[in-house]
Amino acid sequence: MKMNDMSRISRRIFLAFSLLAAGLAQAQLSIEITGAGANRIPVTIVDFPGDPTASRVITSTVRADLERSGLFKLIDHSNLAFDENAPINHADWKARGADGLAAGSISRSADGRMEARFRLYDTQKGVSLGGAAYVTNSTQLRAAGHRIADYIYEKLTGEKGVFSTRIAYVVKARGQFLLQIADSDGQNAATALTSTEPIISPVWSPDGGRLAYVSFEKKKPVIYVHSLASGQRHIVANFKGSNSAPGWSPDGRKLAVVLSKDGFSQLYSVNADGSGLQRLTQSSGIDTEPRYSADGGTIYFTSDRGGSPQVYQMAASGGDVRRVTFEGSYNVSPRPSPDGKSLAFISRREGRFQLAVMDLASRQVQVVSDSYKDESPSFAPNSRMILIATEVGGRGVLSAVSSDGRIKQRLTVAAGDVREPAWGPYFQ
Amino acid sequence: MKKLLIPALLSALLVGCSTTPLPEDANGAPVESRSGSSTGVAPVTAGGLDASGLPRELTDPKSKLAQRSIYFDLDSYEVKGEYKDLVASHAKYLVANKGFKVLLQGNTDERGSREYNLSLGQKRAEAVKRSLTLLGVQEAQIESVSLGEEKPKNAGHDEAAWSENRRADILYRAADGRGEF
Repeated sequence: MKMNDMSRISRRIFLAFSLLAAGLAQAQLSIEITGAGANRIPVTIVDFPGDPTASRVITSTVRADLERSGLFKLIDHSNLAFDENAPINHADWKARGADGLAAGSISRSADGRMEARFRLYDTQKGVSLGGAAYVTNSTQLRAAGHRIADYIYEKLTGEKGVFSTRIAYVVKARGQFLLQIADSDGQNAATALTSTEPIISPVWSPDGGRLAYVSFEKKKPVIYVHSLASGQRHIVANFKGSNSAPGWSPDGRKLAVVLSKDGFSQLYSVNADGSGLQRLTQSSGIDTEPRYSADGGTIYFTSDRGGSPQVYQMAASGGDVRRVTFEGSYNVSPRPSPDGKSLAFISRREGRFQLAVMDLASRQVQVVSDSYKDESPSFAPNSRMILIATEVGGRGVLSAVSSDGRIKQRLTVAAGDVREPAWGPYFQ
Repeated sequence: MKKLLIPALLSALLVGCSTTPLPEDANGAPVESRSGSSTGVAPVTAGGLDASGLPRELTDPKSKLAQRSIYFDLDSYEVKGEYKDLVASHAKYLVANKGFKVLLQGNTDERGSREYNLSLGQKRAEAVKRSLTLLGVQEAQIESVSLGEEKPKNAGHDEAAWSENRRADILYRAADGRGEF
């Protein structure tokens, strides 16, 4: 292994967080980076003058975000601290190897709140790339750090960052199932639902305010929609038989669902309040795992109509069914990317269940994971990373894999199995 | 204590934020509080159900009707011949006791997609349902559902465990609403 080949970084970032109660901390996610991109942009984030504790929280959040993305290499800032208005010796920073440089400051406003200001520089061109000021409470400093990291990410890569997004997942620990929500770095975890019965298939509403999921608390699978802020939830589908696999329409008004009320599993659409049920498929076998394409025109789904489970697509209103996957005898859990360019799914190859990505233009398929029990893929809103559930050492873990397979992160909880990940939309 | 502690903790983290752009190219988006709490997530606990109050012939271990599990071969959704008598006994009981209802829960082993397994478990439950209705049980007395791979009887990860988990279970509910589901 070459030192300059950074694809095998194995650096554990322990993310214990003192703000959380002990009851939550035991289910805290920790993240391990197990692979990074080949060409990483070298950046320096200097310390921000002002409140040293606040500076540390913000700059360490920014640095950890950028490092974890696999697209940046952090250049040592030599413990230097200067603010966003300090003159920059671009040639000096260029010589240190930093293409990007961020400096900032923290001040306390009259009402006791904190103001974090920063500016980003391109040392190659010797120009400012802009900046912003965030006024925040001291408990929200990490959120400000994520916003700064998103700004830097977007300016230097040309893509939107996802550091301010949230993820949902299910933890199974001590006979309980916890539906949890955490920031994209695994911090700030909160439990939305606790149940003694399984919870599966959480999916975020496009506005990020609600989750649809399947709960077994009524001794059978029933679909709920759950508003995260209020904790209010309602049943969307509790028909005779099984109700499962919800997928939101991009406008957030409808869900594609799977019901067995008419026999085997078939696809239906239903309004988010449970009204307006419409049957979408009429097959003699299994149709399941529906997901709308980003433009809302197409639904991808899994069906055994051809003899083995394969991915198909159809018009969102039903009909015009076309087979999408052909290699192998088990291709399931299709997830179209938010940018509409690719399709992630789980493919069984030689007994291994692996994450595969299809380029929808060329129909080329690439296996992008190196784990063997992959399930439940979920795209980041910028389509760059895919979160999956997998197993390491007999434990359920989450893994984030870039759509080209180069960048890999692993998310684990200390005291249980974590599964059923769902990456939330951009923060609105 | 935790139930009390968590909302208290969340409300203790109540925040509000706003943004002041820098004069130059300041298009950074604001940091906002998420619906009033640091996480914007209110915790909820789901309720459980109790099972009780069935006649002894359904629960006495010596009774044939206390046998409630039907096992399936790998990738198979057919009720095997060895379960014919068992299914017939349950059919006879349900025909004689039309006020009783059954919930048929199909199960699978852990391999593969959770949602696809849910659909496979449904196939197993449907197979048992078909056997019962062919023997005269009314459809209204039966609900067939799937638990997929979510409720394994055996938590192991080998063929011995998997064969125990490829299963359909019969749960009863009496006319007065008491029972196992």
